[in-house]
Amino acid sequence: MAAKIILPDFRITPTIDQVGIEERVARFTTRSIKKESKMQGLKMILNMIDLTTLEGKDTDGKVKQMCYKAMHLHDVIPGLPTVAAVCVYPSMVKIAKESLIGSGVKVASVSTAFPSGQSTHEIKISDTKFALENGADEIDMVISRGEFLKGNYNFVFDEIAAIKDVCGKARLKVIFETGELSTLDNVRKASDIAMYAGADFIKTSTGKISPAATMPVTLVMLEAIRDYYYATDRMVGMKPAGGISTSKLALQYLVMLRETLGGAWLSNEWFRFGASSLANDVLMQIVKQTTGVYQSSDYFSKD
Amino acid sequence: MSKKKEITKAKLDFKTDWAYAPAPEDSGHISLKKQYDLFINGEFVKPNSKKYFATYNPATEQKIAEIAEADEKDVDKAVKAARKAFEKWSKLSGKERGKYIFRIARLMQERAREFAVIETMDGGKSIRESRDIDVPLAANHFFYNAGWADKLEYAFPNRNPKPLGVVGQIIPWNFPLLMAAWKIAPALAAGNTVVLKPAETTSLTALKLAELIRDSGLPNGVVNIVTGAGKTGAAIVNHPDINKIAFTGSTDVGKLIQRSISGTNKKLTLELGGKAANIIFADAAIDQAVEGIVNGIFFNQGHVCCAGSRLFVQESVADIVIRKLKDRMETLIVGDPMDKNTDIGAINSKEQLLKINEYIKIGKNEGAEIYQSSCAIPSKGNFCRPTLFLDASQSHRIVQEEIFGPVLTVQTFRTIEEVIEKANNIPYGLSAGVWTDKGSKIFNLTNKLRAGVVWANTYNKFDPASPFGGYKESGFGREGGLHGLMPYLNL
Repeated sequence: MAAKIILPDFRITPTIDQVGIEERVARFTTRSIKKESKMQGLKMILNMIDLTTLEGKDTDGKVKQMCYKAMHLHDVIPGLPTVAAVCVYPSMVKIAKESLIGSGVKVASVSTAFPSGQSTHEIKISDTKFALENGADEIDMVISRGEFLKGNYNFVFDEIAAIKDVCGKARLKVIFETGELSTLDNVRKASDIAMYAGADFIKTSTGKISPAATMPVTLVMLEAIRDYYYATDRMVGMKPAGGISTSKLALQYLVMLRETLGGAWLSNEWFRFGASSLANDVLMQIVKQTTGVYQSSDYFSKD
Repeated sequence: MSKKKEITKAKLDFKTDWAYAPAPEDSGHISLKKQYDLFINGEFVKPNSKKYFATYNPATEQKIAEIAEADEKDVDKAVKAARKAFEKWSKLSGKERGKYIFRIARLMQERAREFAVIETMDGGKSIRESRDIDVPLAANHFFYNAGWADKLEYAFPNRNPKPLGVVGQIIPWNFPLLMAAWKIAPALAAGNTVVLKPAETTSLTALKLAELIRDSGLPNGVVNIVTGAGKTGAAIVNHPDINKIAFTGSTDVGKLIQRSISGTNKKLTLELGGKAANIIFADAAIDQAVEGIVNGIFFNQGHVCCAGSRLFVQESVADIVIRKLKDRMETLIVGDPMDKNTDIGAINSKEQLLKINEYIKIGKNEGAEIYQSSCAIPSKGNFCRPTLFLDASQSHRIVQEEIFGPVLTVQTFRTIEEVIEKANNIPYGLSAGVWTDKGSKIFNLTNKLRAGVVWANTYNKFDPASPFGGYKESGFGREGGLHGLMPYLNL
């Protein structure tokens, strides 16, 4: 990290022109990704996935099975990468960690009273500590949207900084729940607050609110990451989550990433897809690229 | 966020292992003849001179076809055909005229892919632009004007609008099909007949349009298309039986035309050169403004009369804007126009490339700091890297003269008064762009900028319903919208 970072005034973060953002996104979607660049992109996508299950009805068995899938996406095709991480509730971290030993696949845990974040400071801290003690490599926290929308930016900043302190070496992803922030200006503001407070990743959504990740919202966040990088020399990662379930859309996200932040971000160290059903669609496309025919979804394991 | 002291050496790198594989547009479906004749009185006829000239693909330098060269006799034949057709066409009800124009619009949509591919082959613009902008917009001009054909009395109440007669139209090479549509559609809607000459380097889509018009069943002689260079154009301008000249092209030729027709009662509209100011204020949405700068100057290789070729940036954001602009330029793909991923295609002709390179030399000699993107360009064909001239000053020739290529001059300003003065301090007045988050600032500037079109927080947006045209040496008369119908009517 650069020696000294001057905190900006978060009340006057840069403005965003929604029409301009949408036009730029439309340009990304006209890029034609074919043949070897498609295959390469698809494998990159697999390797960037945070395979996710965040349900009240999650069981040890389900998490175990998902972890196996994370390491063995589709053994019929040799040479496929693993996913980047599995993403689970704190109570499932232990079982996930055990299942993934030696695989290189990380365990990410949501925390801070996910998904609403409606709890006390102490509970959010202990929630995070619990996940870390059980072996979480990464923490996906949610911001207090209520305080943010109230204009209480210092509160949001301090909360992120406090969780970052608890995280230590574990990487911190900060979820904005952009579907609740209502404007792109707010998305930009939240991005700046989170990055200056120490976030290693910024993330769009919990997946519990619609709309979840969209390309315009992600572009605003990528541009915020770019400005932060210009200003501080520190790279911050990006994780769109929820709503990305097709290969085509995921490839368009990669195009957007490539043309906004460049090659350095094109790895799972700096970019993740939070998704549960994306992996199988990508696998289906990879099989199609390899064999020339589509297989039905029955040929791909669902975990 | 964007003050000078906060900018570090952090550098984005857009060279990645993940490259886009070539994605060439299929051109197997188009049909082109080896030789094209003149379209007069509803049929293709051999030129009187028997002379033909070649048209080339500027990206590959390969010959595509031969085009007939029309002389005075051919033009006379075309004008006579148009005059004869005028008798019936002008008496046709507006509703019937509208039907024909609608039919042309629909046929153009049906053949959109073919038109897009040929436009790109002949002119060098990227297939993305021909496909997404030129061809759909050309069809929209026909649709829009078709709708007015039977409503002229309502458009100009109590004025008893009547057509002028035979109109001569001369169009440039930067938007060959779009300019043809832009000229022909309102002329027909108003009840005139047409003799149109496309530019000599880009005649093909106009000739394909001639085929389409023939297929549409439009009465013979209502639209005549004669091909050739300056001499053919002069024959149209000087023909005694033409009632109106509509010209889009260079200011020099525009002046020549105005001189030629002085003393006659021919009507005239001119849409000429430009050197637009694109003004970025500190409070603008910077990333979107950078995108607007790119669209403003690199759209269609900068071959756009309304291109935002003079960038004015408020000094407090100049560093960050230029840094972002340079990064954005690194992601522009220059190359094969037929590739669907190409952003900037080929320069239209060798001649134009020489002119652009000459201006780049002038800019260097004048002491402006040059920056070009590091992209690879094909070794064959006419290509030019996107280029910036930083620290340009108002008295530089690169700031005063129209370059008509992907070359942008950058100046900074401090106050609104200063930027208005500099923006207006130019012989041209076609267009301008203003980027700010403040609505009041936009209205203040639109009133004070001497430009026919002022875009706010966007650039190079075109719509058939919106009038387009210039002040000063950018010409006079408006095209598009109701204003665009007026020059084709006796009101």
